[in-house]
Amino acid sequence: MRLLRQLGRSFLPFLVGLPLLFAFQWALQASGSQAYTLLLTTVGVNVILAVSLNVVNGATGQFSLGHAGFMAVGAYTAAKITLALAGTRLSFLPEPLSDQLFFALALAAAMVAAGLAGVLVGLPSLRLRGDYLAIVTLGFGEIIRSVIENMKSLGQATGLSGLPLRTNLVWVGVGALATVVMARRLSVSTQGRALFAIREDEVAAEAMGVDTTGYKVRAFVISAAYAGLAGALISHAILLATPRMFTFVRSIEVVVMIVLGGLGSITGSVLSAVVLTLGLEALREFQAYRMVVYAALLIALMLLRPQGIFGTHELWDLKLFKRRAPPKPAPGAPGSGGAP
Amino acid sequence: MSEATLEVSGVTMRFGGLKALADFDLTMRPGELVGLIGPNGAGKTTAFNAITGVYRPSEGEVRVCGESVNGRRPHQICARGVARTFQNIRLFRELSALDNVRVACHARATSGFFDALFLTGRHLAEEARILERAQSYLAVMGLAHRRDELSRNLPYGEQRRLEIARALATGPKLLCLDEPAAGMNAAEKLELMALIRAIRDRFGIAILVIEHDMRLVMGVSERMLVLDHGVTIAAGTPAEVRANPRVIHAYLGDAYLEEKHLPVPVPAPEGAP
Repeated sequence: MRLLRQLGRSFLPFLVGLPLLFAFQWALQASGSQAYTLLLTTVGVNVILAVSLNVVNGATGQFSLGHAGFMAVGAYTAAKITLALAGTRLSFLPEPLSDQLFFALALAAAMVAAGLAGVLVGLPSLRLRGDYLAIVTLGFGEIIRSVIENMKSLGQATGLSGLPLRTNLVWVGVGALATVVMARRLSVSTQGRALFAIREDEVAAEAMGVDTTGYKVRAFVISAAYAGLAGALISHAILLATPRMFTFVRSIEVVVMIVLGGLGSITGSVLSAVVLTLGLEALREFQAYRMVVYAALLIALMLLRPQGIFGTHELWDLKLFKRRAPPKPAPGAPGSGGAP
Repeated sequence: MSEATLEVSGVTMRFGGLKALADFDLTMRPGELVGLIGPNGAGKTTAFNAITGVYRPSEGEVRVCGESVNGRRPHQICARGVARTFQNIRLFRELSALDNVRVACHARATSGFFDALFLTGRHLAEEARILERAQSYLAVMGLAHRRDELSRNLPYGEQRRLEIARALATGPKLLCLDEPAAGMNAAEKLELMALIRAIRDRFGIAILVIEHDMRLVMGVSERMLVLDHGVTIAAGTPAEVRANPRVIHAYLGDAYLEEKHLPVPVPAPEGAP
């Protein structure tokens, strides 16, 4: 019973979200507007990328430019698994279900692999600060890409093609929801506050008992794992994983999203990921000028609103949504857990 | 006699050719209030940084509750019971007063990232405990009404008090205050003195205070240490220290002593670099 309550509390957003996602998927199929599936998938994947990068760049204040590298690790891990399991199926399950089960396994493996890559990069590089960290992570992303480009088993520059179609909007929705729930729960927890403290003043955070290196690495690993998830999802939607999908330009796109939305704002990154993705789709003819548009956007933003559209605020911080609990009268003396 | 909270023995800090702190000794017992004074650049903050792990001592040893902490990182030393404030206020500016204190409560937290992500019962209980403790420390420092204000928006004196609240929330056995009265007016300083005493009496912890203001530090501390050019030139009760010619010399110079027909002390041989 207690376990059941615990599970309910842990997965409540998904219990609510899953039926909605299935209904949405079904409605889209029924109306026959399949064309939007890929666009919506891209939107969802960008939401995952932006919100997860925001845990490092926004909440913890460490400037990482290596998100595409972690995406690549996830994408190739999942692709290898689904390709290897493409012919097999579990005999006691109908084929689509068995395929989806294998895909779930592939997604989990992608997150683990990308998380491990996060540890590998994070441990040595997170002692660096600011620009130096940005350069190291940028370099790391490029290293991953060139390793892939030179590995025969990963298809070198042509990449892995002919992946089975596994990603659907339910998976993308669950992924995006999981990312937002992770970021939100982190931001209201004592662990999340430790990350904010690192952003605000690393010396003071360390003096107040926050293991700054350890927490930076943890934030980095969580963020990398979700980037891996995003990579796995997008590669099984476009049925392709090539090194070209994971250049540093991809990382910069994500950085632009979170800077635009407001570093440290979850809702800000969600909204700007959605708006930027849809906006670019609308400006399809001008694809070649994408980086010009990004640069112009960033310059305008820095001049007009350097903290990003949302700053560090959230939609749910608006007075409208706020159920303000009156501050409890503090007990006179700290509890026995206080000073020894 | 109970075990010493802090034992600093023979700590020397060298930065290249500069000896910022030479052969520094200090023993503090629970509930003791010690003042550390000295002119600008005497090495007071260097001594703090050596104790709290910001610097690793070039020589000598720092022991907290009998355990050597040489080479430990600041957060590990904090976990062993040493908390500090900063000379130039270093609050988490964009966080609320409550969250500043809650960050410090984290030093005693046991739940991990997975607890936070899956909202385990342990995590929720911990959060409730942290909230209660943080509010009680805000109340102790008279900041309960500022709970939800961003710390950068607080007036200067309250920022100083919030820093003390934050340091207390780490549950220290030794509290190091680096010029807590800097920039305060006379009335605020008096208030602060009373507050520092009250904290010591209430929590029974040892407190080490760096201060420029001789009157403040003499009024508040039972024992004092005087540094000049990294060398400990005097130690003892405030009355002894006040009468010590080397202290007067360090603060006021030869001219003052000659004018008052007092003996000019021979400069310490190992002293100035």
